[in-house]
Amino acid sequence: MGLLSDPNRRKALTSLLTRLNTPICIVCYLAAIVWFMGLAFEPFTLRTYMSENAMGSTMVEERFSSGERALSLAKEFNAHKKKAGGMPVEWLVKSMQARGLEVFTQSFSRKLPFPDENKERYMVRGTNVYGILRAPRAPRTEALVITAPCSPGNSNNQAVGLLLALAEYFRNQVYWAKDIIFLVNEHDLIGMQAWLEGYHHTNITGMEYSPLQGRAGSIQAALSLELSSDVITSLDLVLEGLNGQLPNLDLANLLYAFCQKLGVLCTIQGKLQRNDWDTAEGYTHAAQTMVLMVLKQACGRSWGDHGLFLRYHIEAASIRGINSFRHYKMDATTIGRLLEGMTRKLNNLLERLHQSYFFYLLPSLSRFVSIGYYMPAFGLLAVILLLRALDLWVHLGTPALTAVDGVTEAEQPSSPGVLTVLTPVVISHLTGVALYLLPVHLQEMAVEHFPVSETEAVVLTAIAIYTAGLALPHNTQRLLSGEGTEQGWKVLKLTALLYLAVLLGCTALINFSLGFILAVTLVPITASITPHMPKSLCALAMVLLSPAFTILYCVFIYQELIEVPVSLGEGWMLFLSVISQGILDHTLYGSLVYPLLALFIYPCWLMFWNILFWN
Amino acid sequence: MAAHRYGLSLVFILILSSLARPSSCDTLEKANDNTEEKQSVSDTPREVNSDGSIAAEDLIERQWQSTDVEADRGDGTKNSESFTAAAAARDEFQEELVIRPLHSGDIYASFQFRTLWDIDFLQERQKVSHYRLFPKSLGQVLSKFSVRELHISFTQGFWRTMQWGQPFIPSPPGAELWVWFHDTVSDVDGNWKELTNVLSGIFCASLNFIDLTNTVQPSASFKPLGLGNATDHRFLRYATLPREIVCTENLTPWKKLLPCGSKAGLAVLLKSEKLFHSSFHSQAVHIRPVCQDEQCASKAWELRQTLNVVFDLYTSGQGKKEWSLFKMFSRTLTEACPLATSSKVYVDITDNPEGELFELSPATPLLSQAVVLGDRRTYSVFDLTRAETFGQLRSLNLLLRWKGNSGDMLRPLLHAERYVAGFGLQTGEIHTVIYNNHPYRAFPVLLMDSVPWYLQLYIHTLTVTSKSRDNKPSYIHYQPAKDRHRPHLLEMLIQLPPHSMTEVTVQFERALLKWTEYTPDPNHGFYVGSSVVSALVPSMVAMNTNFTQDQPLFSSFVPVKEESSYFVRVYTEPLLVNLPTPDFSMPYNVICLTCTVVAVGYGSFYNLLTRTFQVDEPSLPLAKRLANLIRRIRGVPMLT
Repeated sequence: MGLLSDPNRRKALTSLLTRLNTPICIVCYLAAIVWFMGLAFEPFTLRTYMSENAMGSTMVEERFSSGERALSLAKEFNAHKKKAGGMPVEWLVKSMQARGLEVFTQSFSRKLPFPDENKERYMVRGTNVYGILRAPRAPRTEALVITAPCSPGNSNNQAVGLLLALAEYFRNQVYWAKDIIFLVNEHDLIGMQAWLEGYHHTNITGMEYSPLQGRAGSIQAALSLELSSDVITSLDLVLEGLNGQLPNLDLANLLYAFCQKLGVLCTIQGKLQRNDWDTAEGYTHAAQTMVLMVLKQACGRSWGDHGLFLRYHIEAASIRGINSFRHYKMDATTIGRLLEGMTRKLNNLLERLHQSYFFYLLPSLSRFVSIGYYMPAFGLLAVILLLRALDLWVHLGTPALTAVDGVTEAEQPSSPGVLTVLTPVVISHLTGVALYLLPVHLQEMAVEHFPVSETEAVVLTAIAIYTAGLALPHNTQRLLSGEGTEQGWKVLKLTALLYLAVLLGCTALINFSLGFILAVTLVPITASITPHMPKSLCALAMVLLSPAFTILYCVFIYQELIEVPVSLGEGWMLFLSVISQGILDHTLYGSLVYPLLALFIYPCWLMFWNILFWN
Repeated sequence: MAAHRYGLSLVFILILSSLARPSSCDTLEKANDNTEEKQSVSDTPREVNSDGSIAAEDLIERQWQSTDVEADRGDGTKNSESFTAAAAARDEFQEELVIRPLHSGDIYASFQFRTLWDIDFLQERQKVSHYRLFPKSLGQVLSKFSVRELHISFTQGFWRTMQWGQPFIPSPPGAELWVWFHDTVSDVDGNWKELTNVLSGIFCASLNFIDLTNTVQPSASFKPLGLGNATDHRFLRYATLPREIVCTENLTPWKKLLPCGSKAGLAVLLKSEKLFHSSFHSQAVHIRPVCQDEQCASKAWELRQTLNVVFDLYTSGQGKKEWSLFKMFSRTLTEACPLATSSKVYVDITDNPEGELFELSPATPLLSQAVVLGDRRTYSVFDLTRAETFGQLRSLNLLLRWKGNSGDMLRPLLHAERYVAGFGLQTGEIHTVIYNNHPYRAFPVLLMDSVPWYLQLYIHTLTVTSKSRDNKPSYIHYQPAKDRHRPHLLEMLIQLPPHSMTEVTVQFERALLKWTEYTPDPNHGFYVGSSVVSALVPSMVAMNTNFTQDQPLFSSFVPVKEESSYFVRVYTEPLLVNLPTPDFSMPYNVICLTCTVVAVGYGSFYNLLTRTFQVDEPSLPLAKRLANLIRRIRGVPMLT
């Protein structure tokens, strides 16, 4: 490794890198995009396979036959739900007890920071009902969870009916080695969060709940069931959880295996798998599925009740019944059999699901892209930032012939002081803090002074602060040193580039999709920005590639991909609701996307904005 | 200070010895004149003696006394006694089955086999070679390892106190072993190690996994149940294996210890395919010294083999709530064990005075009452030593037909549960919740926790709260763990306020094990054994305020002392805790990656840091050097 210690060769290498910097960067960027889009191409991906031995070869026989019973229970549940005007707690307790379960209830209440206009709720009060089926001769150390949300209106009755029918059937079987918890949660995610926090006796989101009376040891896996019609045409598997966490791939494999066994159509992202990968349509289909997954994962919210389990290291997935206008329909018995089979295989588990992948993308249910394949796409983008930083470093270093660093350079008269760099950094971050804190805290004031609702107040305050950040005094270095020097912006840009590289790198490790989407939009403009470019044009480009506009684009792309295109006005309304949902997800469930954007990504972007107006 | 501590411990020992003695003796001094019946752990049902003392119930249920069946039975006992006296060895064997229809609709069947051996090899110091009823394998173990008392239980499943009430003999899931050694033993740990290995062979169980890392010496929770007053817990060893799975290979050696094996008597019912088709299965062996006669002049050994099983009416009944001995065990009873002096089947009919809950056939005129676990119970008795029990068919098949519905959850007076709180793989919190459901009486309980060393307890975070107020334990015995040598032991005496929930929490940090210390299935998690709650619980009988209705006034003003409270041990569920686990499936990747990082990163860094750089003269080409050579000879200035 004499390459770095030999001054001559080092010089040759750096000169090569500085001379060819821009072409290399452009090539890297294009390669990253091509690589990413290539991930959906079937020959490049791996076929999914069952890694877990306990679930693989051991065959189970499905015998569930009371689909009709499930539907009649669903009707009964619906009637009681209407009568009670919400969750029929007493009826549920009674019917679970009649099926030989140990039944417990948990009440919870939560005041949202501001009204949720999508779901029309503000003060939430509810009750979860759960029954534990105790496994014979098991010491209450392990459990499986099957949940069905009790949704308002007519939806999800069939899920609760099927849950009860399954409980009745499971109670008569002798092969259970793990306790099975049947949970009906009210107010979807909020109820789920309350139950999970109660079960693990933690309080991370300020929820008020009554402590749980009955437990069944450590939960190994969970399935969430959503069914709204008596017959279905396909099952949709939802995997994306809070903060982009995904369950172990074996859980998806398990569903896929049973769908194939029972001849059930199953989809992911609502898209059926196609077999014609070598045609353009086939590839586009796979790419659309994958991009949808990336978008869903990037937004960091839980796309089903299963998403909150993942924080507790419980592998979970949601199964959603879809009833479209296809010919081929399946009844509740088939879905019951599918769930029975899955539960029995999970019951066979000797260890937690850990054999298969935790980091993956799915272009279809039978193909997956593992972390080793998709990470290079991000790596190519991150390399651009590092190359630019190296270039700047070399440029800064050449005149003085010493190692130049913005911080250690303070004694050299030609170099900028610490303050020149520190001030914009601090100001940007203070703006970020304001963006994080003020929208929720200032809502009352905003409502008093402007004719808007609380939710609008929060979202509009956020947008106002975001815009105000652009107009902040960006030339503080003038006050300190008179004039912005060439050295000054270079040091600032070097800092900002490295900062962005670290930020995106960390984000991509946890949530690849978010890291990649941010990198795709932020890298080109941040890599090329200098104060010497045409100001207005560059400013426009920067704004169009800022984090907020990234969200806007994502909204449009998402709507396009789920085949519900929206007009510009609708898109804008959706954009506003996405922001409010993001803030709500953060306060209610602890999603980290909003704080990440407000406290780190946006300030970092402001630093580059600062460089553009450096003089 | 020392005196003070001594005094405190003395008081404490007094409390505990009374705690640990479930029998009905008033003081310690009286302990010696216990009859054998009174010493039983759970107060096994006592026959109403026709010549007995003036028990209150005798006065009321007059018709029971007048049955000539009783008189007959008395004769039978005398006969058998004279028979045993005639034999040179005075060994004795009794067998008994209690069937209790549970509140939840399940059926609880509890077998007890008791072998008495009138020999005291600890005193006589002689080589005992003649065994009659007592199993030789156990007798040899007792004498070789100087065991004073031995209790071992294998349990598959968890006793559901909230549905089933209290069991006659409680046991934790998995295997539990506790042994009191004789105080002449010098190397207790060595004896313990050998003993566990021998027992592991006798019972075909993994007791050999008991070592110092899971053995504790509880200072107060486990007192000897037999004769003797040992309080020095140096001679006590206690260990549990929560992961132990109990199956037929453990049942077979257990059955072989019986004098009749599984050939005759109640033991014919012990068919493994039925016993393990149940909700709960527990088998145990208890050996202790007891008094030989009422004067307690000499000691005898008592071997009590118990087997408790709960059958699930729901699962195997196919909707029909009907039970018979044949359905439960796929056998019927045809005879008593010929070696047994008494052989009886009891059916608990307390909740069924008018037959509205279930119907029992054949009916028996023989009834018996006993105070079991603080509650007065009534039993139908079937005596297998009598021919008329078997009727015309020469076989006894008890039939139980349910009429009522299964009830709600029970509220047992004492109940405990435990769970791990928190998430993530760094820290966690163990919560133990103890319920006192008595409406007005407070009582103290002893909580014992033994936690493996790889959960590093933060003992400063120990909190005990009842009714959201701090509850200071009056006694705490804590022995910290030593990594890889010894588990944590925490014992506390806590006063439970009436009608309250007491929560004991302690935080822990999960240790990172060495890579060879992980089990073959590390992602399953690691087990933490049940914690043990021992208490003297105020009796239901004493709580009953309207007992004046069916009892004469003169007998009921002051509740009888022996019935005022009873000893209960409650085991919580074991815990399954995940420890930080490396990904064992990719050591190759890890090795490659680490080596690359070390080689590239560290190597070049080390180079840059340690090398001194200097610009050296570039060496001249060969032609120039030759030219310079010539120039030097010529005396002309050199080329550079």
